Amino acid sequence: MSNIETLVKTLVEKHGKTRNSLMPVLQGIVKEERFLSEEAMISVACELDLSAAEVYGTASFYTFLDTVPRGKNVVRICKTISCHMKGKDEIIEALENALKVKVGETTSDKKFTLLTANCLGWCHKGPVMLVNDAVYPEITPQKAIEVIEDYVKNTK
Amino acid sequence: MNEFLVNLKINNIPVSVKEGTTILDAAKILNFKIPTLCNHPDLTVAGNCRVCVVEVEGSRLLSASCATPVSEGMEVYTNSEKVRTARKHVIELLLSEHNADCTKCFKNGHCELQDLASEYRIGDHVFIDMVKDRSKLADMSSPSIAKDDSKCIRCQRCVRTCEELQSVSALAVINKGDHQKISTFMNKPMDDVVCTNCGQCINRCPTGALTERTYLEEVWNAINNPSKHVVVQTAPAVRIGLGEDLGYKPGERVTGKMVAALKHIGFDSVLDTDFTADLTIMEEGTELLTRLKKALVEGEKVALPMMTSCSPGWIKFQEHMFPDLLNNLSTCKSPQQMFGALAKTYYARKKGIDPKNMVSVSIMPCTAKKFECNRPEMRDSGYQDVDYVLTTRELAMMVKQAGIDFMKLDDEHYDSIMGEGTGAAVIFGATGGVMEAALRTAYEIVTGREVPFKNLNIMPVRGFEGIKEAKVLINDVKPEWKFLEGVELSVAIAHGLHNANELMKAVREGKVVYHFIEVMGCPGGCLGGGGQPIPTSPEIRQKRASAIYAEDEGLPLRKSHLNPEVALIYKEFLGEPLGHKSHDLLHTHYKVRKRY
Amino acid sequence: MENKVLKRVDYIFQESSVVEVIELITKTFKKTPDDIILDVIDSGLRGRGGAGFPTGLKWRFAKNEDSPVKYVICNADEGEPGTFKDREILETVASKVLAGMCICGHSIGAKEGFIYLRGEYNYLLPHLSKVTDDFNNQLKTKNIDFTVYIKSGSGAYICGEESALFESMEGKRGEPRNKPPYPTISGYNAKPTVINNVETLVYAYMICKMGVEKFKELGTKDSRGSKVFSVSGDTPNAGIFELELGMPLKDFVQDFGDGDTKAVQVGGASGHCVPRKHFNETIIGFEGIPTGGSMMIFNSSRSMYNVLHDYLEFFTEESCGQCTPCRVGCQQLLKGIEAVKKGERKPQYLDELKKLSATMKVAAKCGLGQSVANPFNSIIDNFREEIIY
Ligand SMILES: Cc1cc2nc3c(=O)[nH]c(=O)nc-3n(C[C@H](O)[C@H](O)[C@H](O)COP(=O)(O)O)c2cc1C
Ligand code: SF4
Ligand code: SF4
Ligand code: SF4
Ligand code: SF4
Ligand code: FES
Ligand code: FES
Repeated sequence: MSNIETLVKTLVEKHGKTRNSLMPVLQGIVKEERFLSEEAMISVACELDLSAAEVYGTASFYTFLDTVPRGKNVVRICKTISCHMKGKDEIIEALENALKVKVGETTSDKKFTLLTANCLGWCHKGPVMLVNDAVYPEITPQKAIEVIEDYVKNTK
Repeated sequence: MNEFLVNLKINNIPVSVKEGTTILDAAKILNFKIPTLCNHPDLTVAGNCRVCVVEVEGSRLLSASCATPVSEGMEVYTNSEKVRTARKHVIELLLSEHNADCTKCFKNGHCELQDLASEYRIGDHVFIDMVKDRSKLADMSSPSIAKDDSKCIRCQRCVRTCEELQSVSALAVINKGDHQKISTFMNKPMDDVVCTNCGQCINRCPTGALTERTYLEEVWNAINNPSKHVVVQTAPAVRIGLGEDLGYKPGERVTGKMVAALKHIGFDSVLDTDFTADLTIMEEGTELLTRLKKALVEGEKVALPMMTSCSPGWIKFQEHMFPDLLNNLSTCKSPQQMFGALAKTYYARKKGIDPKNMVSVSIMPCTAKKFECNRPEMRDSGYQDVDYVLTTRELAMMVKQAGIDFMKLDDEHYDSIMGEGTGAAVIFGATGGVMEAALRTAYEIVTGREVPFKNLNIMPVRGFEGIKEAKVLINDVKPEWKFLEGVELSVAIAHGLHNANELMKAVREGKVVYHFIEVMGCPGGCLGGGGQPIPTSPEIRQKRASAIYAEDEGLPLRKSHLNPEVALIYKEFLGEPLGHKSHDLLHTHYKVRKRY
Repeated sequence: MENKVLKRVDYIFQESSVVEVIELITKTFKKTPDDIILDVIDSGLRGRGGAGFPTGLKWRFAKNEDSPVKYVICNADEGEPGTFKDREILETVASKVLAGMCICGHSIGAKEGFIYLRGEYNYLLPHLSKVTDDFNNQLKTKNIDFTVYIKSGSGAYICGEESALFESMEGKRGEPRNKPPYPTISGYNAKPTVINNVETLVYAYMICKMGVEKFKELGTKDSRGSKVFSVSGDTPNAGIFELELGMPLKDFVQDFGDGDTKAVQVGGASGHCVPRKHFNETIIGFEGIPTGGSMMIFNSSRSMYNVLHDYLEFFTEESCGQCTPCRVGCQQLLKGIEAVKKGERKPQYLDELKKLSATMKVAAKCGLGQSVANPFNSIIDNFREEIIY
């Protein structure tokens, strides 16, 4: 059994073998892998007796259930109005320069994917950045780069 | 249960309907037509297109009439200013993201969106044209199905069909917002996913987004090529469906006119799949009896229940979903493929034609047959056994293109040889028909008597119940069938792949025990096939079924083993059922496919 | 109309331990479920998630359903741009939310509750799970048959819509369902379900704690009690504030504006934009402009074209995409204002678009598509020049 299959089996055991567990299972995979590979989705479909298209259809509805390869760390900058007003563009620019990628892309060392997101629920402390599950409110271009540098150090 | 009546007014006219009726259906009773797109009588309610909205007194919002049940005292307006504006907007919005090149569209003239646009006189509408990429090619990977997203209105009828009726879910809705669309797993091409090619989604797609792959031009070219001898076979269900696309009401039998039209069109020989349907009964019936003998007498482990194999959508389904049960499938080819193999061998030899110069065309109620004829196994004649498959709908187009006034045609007869069929073959077109035909023959072979059902009509296997069961007690058998004395033959019938799926799960888990199972991939059997005229509904399928049974009763011969051409071919060519030649030409094997 | 002034309140965020809330729960359960529901009805509490449905009535509908299985769901999908108060509530006083759920469960006859937490708040999970486990355990020791589970979202604004939320919990795409049937008849797993906003549940708890009369002292006839506001934008005082309902917008701007306020977007992207000239007569509450709590303040340096453009982009992306008026309508509105801005369409095209938004308001399947007209019309009507030039 591949690593993914083992992971899926474990998750399905934990959450139950029903369609109602689809979200937690997919979320569990994304937590480990940062995205849902074809193999992972097939494996889930198999375990939950769904068609692969149904799993893909569901996953692709949710912004955080990525179905394209992502880096080890997914960086999301809020692009909605409050953060827009507070300078999200500068943050994005700084990160694009620091990581040498455009929004939507993954660094060549596969350590970072840079994305935007809709309102993250921190509008009073914009601009806001999410790295994986961690929130960084009131970010400045300088701070954003420092945070990324920390992740560089801590990512094998 | 008590049925409560609800009183309401629609456009100021009072009406009383059963509790739970939708506004849409209540309006139908009063003959008020409300346009619909996402609604379909075979499917669950979606309520997503919003073209059916109506005004309900006292509500700020309009209500989707297909999704809103009536309530006491309701006052509904189906054509108020508010409704008209909204409806027009909805149509305009759909068109604004629609690649509306109607003149080049396969559904031109048969399109629900086009009808609405024309009804509401949507001219050069106001909104911004958002067709993303007009030049984008449709997915033509499948030999059966063409999928053109630029014509899709996202009504999700196909997705519901594939899930609810067929339990396949090859299609799904993907993404959200402006990126939402109908697609397959990871947007793979249609020929690379679990799609069974059943075409049920096509039958329910209101637009040109899902259509059959058409081979009209190829067929015309063959006909017009003087060096080619073009034979055509017509499946049982075509004769009771074709009329619907040529001016008749559902349920009209047009066998003779269809034959006449095919001759006018210029086919060199107009033959009948019914012939090989009868032949199938001989082969498959013998196969069943052989399996039973092995099991009951020799104690051998044979795959039972045996399952029919006439429906190529069902076969592909089984290959994907129940590969562990492939041995249960009869090895008989479908009647179409038996016909194809014999056309380029037996027929060619008898007519003195070089099979190389033959083109074998079949008219089918089925889109999966287009896939089937391209299966690499289906070349036992040394050539591709069936070259082109046209749907019933495509035949109707040919008739029109040929300028034939179909209704005025005089009936004509099939050519010979391979043009003879019995009533038993005709009923192949309805769910339960193969079973009924098989029982008529097998029972008589074993006991020497006719099946113990009035007028040969085996009612328990007829009708549209999802899964039917029947038991037939076999007694007073002929000496050579001693081992079947007292055996109660237990059979089941499923139609539509959803029902097949349920039945197969039960078989796999050992919850049910049968000797013989008939499965047809499409709801209602071939009469509801993916290549039949659009629209389809339970009522329409009921009418087609009645026509099939009427055709059966009207024929002089109603038992496959009495087909004289069948007797002849065994004598002249095949030898005996399951004999060497049969094995080479009429039987096949299956392929394990992945579900994922 | 009752005249209220801006008044800060401190109910919601008063610390409360699990032990304390359990004590109150046991005390409350001395009353019959019907009496509890009557109290909630009497209090005039209306939903804080945006739609403002009377909470007690909702509970009563669910109670009246005859079903062995029912559910309570806490809607913590908080995705409305400009709203962030539910996060704060869950971070600081989760025990009160849980207590509200338990009281609701007891009242309607549900044994299971779920918190649907948006994926963006995953960082809260460890804390929230701990409090929830603690709460569940203590309920057990008190022999109260109610358990709360946490489910996560994964980045889809529409899953805050109640029926889309159920779909999501059932492992499906978050496409809103047809209504009727309403959740109190057929919700999660097609069982009777009460779904309430995080804040609503806390107020339900507070009503049981401080009594109906105390709660009713605040607010107006139509808008009882206080409400938690999320204040952002051009303000020196961005943050989360509990204020009495029924205040005039003028007061609010005085306290929170930066002296140069040109407009306030009340109720988030799906709410209304109120221009300066209407601050005086605008009441914040169900009789005036209702809000899930989002107050976005714009000063005169802001282009209202950009604001509207942002909102429309948001809806275009976050629409579930199933229904025509919303899926295509949002795109048309967005492309429409772009075309007018670029001069590709005449300014009068804005009037066509307003008609379209009116259709979306009445013909879209769910609240998302229906409410796009709110920001669209209020911004177009009040800032037409900014859109065109
Ligand atoms: C598009 C859309 C998004 C919504 N998002 C939320 C949300 O994030 N949180 C919430 O409590 N209610 C949200 N709602 C409202 C819910 O559908 C529902 O009315 C609410 O949860 C009921 O709780 P209440 O009565 O306590 O307000 C949303 C509605 C719509 C149409
Ligand atoms: S799908 Fe219908 S409306 Fe669209 S191009 Fe084809 S015929 Fe015209
Ligand atoms: S042809 Fe049949 S199996 Fe294939 S997508 Fe259509 S409905 Fe599904
Ligand atoms: S392909 Fe056809 S049936 Fe499917 S959603 Fe599009 S228009 Fe509807
Ligand atoms: S209004 Fe928008 S979000 Fe709501 S159902 Fe329609 S498309 Fe989906
Ligand atoms: S707008 Fe960025 S967090 Fe809300
Ligand atoms: S037909 Fe009613 S919403 Fe589509």
